[in-house]
Amino acid sequence: MFVFAFIYLPVVVLIAYSFNRDGVGGFPPRHFTLHWYGQLFGDSAIWDAVLNSLLVAAGSVALALTLGLLAALALDRASFPGKALFRRLVLLPLILPGIITGLSLLMFAVFVNAPLNLLTVFFGHGTALISVATTELFAGLQKLDRAQEEASLDLGATPWQTFWRITLPNLKLSLIAAGLLIFTLSMDEIAVTFFLIGRDNTLPMEIWGRLRQGMTPEINAISTLIFVVSVALISIWYRLRTRTLRDVS
Amino acid sequence: MYSRAYKSLVSLPPLLWVGIFLLLPYALMFVHSFWMVRDGFIVHHWNLDNYAALFTKPVYLQVLLRTMRIAASVTLCSLLLGYPLAYYLSFHAGTRKELLYQLVIVPLWVSYLVRGYAWKTILGSTGVLNGFLQYAHITHAPVGFLLYSPFAVVLMLTHIYTPFVFLPIYAALETIPRPLLEASQDLGATPGKTFRRIILPLSMPGLLAGATFAFVLSLGDFLAPLLVGGASGTMIANVVQSLFGAAYDWPLGAAVSVCILMLTLALLFFTETFEKRWSFK
Repeated sequence: MFVFAFIYLPVVVLIAYSFNRDGVGGFPPRHFTLHWYGQLFGDSAIWDAVLNSLLVAAGSVALALTLGLLAALALDRASFPGKALFRRLVLLPLILPGIITGLSLLMFAVFVNAPLNLLTVFFGHGTALISVATTELFAGLQKLDRAQEEASLDLGATPWQTFWRITLPNLKLSLIAAGLLIFTLSMDEIAVTFFLIGRDNTLPMEIWGRLRQGMTPEINAISTLIFVVSVALISIWYRLRTRTLRDVS
Repeated sequence: MYSRAYKSLVSLPPLLWVGIFLLLPYALMFVHSFWMVRDGFIVHHWNLDNYAALFTKPVYLQVLLRTMRIAASVTLCSLLLGYPLAYYLSFHAGTRKELLYQLVIVPLWVSYLVRGYAWKTILGSTGVLNGFLQYAHITHAPVGFLLYSPFAVVLMLTHIYTPFVFLPIYAALETIPRPLLEASQDLGATPGKTFRRIILPLSMPGLLAGATFAFVLSLGDFLAPLLVGGASGTMIANVVQSLFGAAYDWPLGAAVSVCILMLTLALLFFTETFEKRWSFK
């Protein structure tokens, strides 16, 4: 129980003080107000950043899912030279500290003379998160019933038809689950973004910038909203996951 | 059953992509570490000076040691919190197990930055904790050492990685066959002995995985020190960051990064072999 208190204390404090008139700090919080939320909704810089983050996250989901799916198929079904190395390499961004992946990608951007902007952030997130897509989808493929694909091929469907009509629909839940996961991770990513960002801020970078100037309950307010949205996304993800498990068993 | 064309169609794009956008950048990092900066430009003059500087200038070793100390404390604290929690959930939670499990998972998805910020508001000298201490008349002046110290970094990272450590341990505990525990009890072992001889060894792979995760991720963290660490909480990744930023010495920064990378990979390799040997026993 103590551990739960420890885990939840910061979140509770954060939410409580987003409604506190006198700002962050002091005890107990008094004078309930929605003022900070009002200020937040009028703050165009924050909403620009939210939009940027959504764009990057949506792009990363598309990129990482496409390549992750192919990579998972390759690991599951093909054999090629360097397969063991490839398996490890794909997972590296998941294991290595974000700063190393971020800086490596920065060096690459400088190397190919690419200007730093949201596009580089999108490339960075998309590439780093292939790791997540591959792991999730590979697990999904392993549970898949191969007989259906064999039947489809035996009955004269082309591999292309089989892929679209059998493989992909069977992977639907894994794909949605992986997509949600990638989306959440991209929305929150900061270590890689830190080095690849140009002038336009993503939401975490905007918050980061403001933290350096000082703390206002407006940050508590946006954090509370982020918390609520993440919890909503996670519960969807979890529902899907249990449903997948039930379907399999 | 899959044709050659199918196989190359699915393998080639990810292979190429990962090769270009992942392997090449990591390779660039490696290559940079053997170059040098002259008159504000990176020159492709191959040398080992960067690595020599790392091992001869005491400041780098000092920061590295501090980083490892912080990472080790984080690992230890996360284990001390995560293991009992996993143990309780797996053996004693009963019907509330599913709900409690969810409760541990949820914070895992809450923004890293948001959690760091929350600790900042709690620990600051005009923060919530100091406000509370004065309100309860425990102290009369703000306690200053809470924020901007290695302690704050350890606290924040422990908070972030405890669920990460919990997960693999819980998974390992769940796979322990329950009849084994009954057998141990029937044969006269005390609960303590059952724990030491059966539960702990069987949960070791999970424990190792969790500990490695916490250690490796803390090792390369540069945001927590910036948020709550202050000057005394500077870690090795902050050195890298400043070398790539204000100090503009990319080659040296790359050399430090390569060291972090090697350390991480060595650690992963070590735990992997250790885990294998453990599961064969």
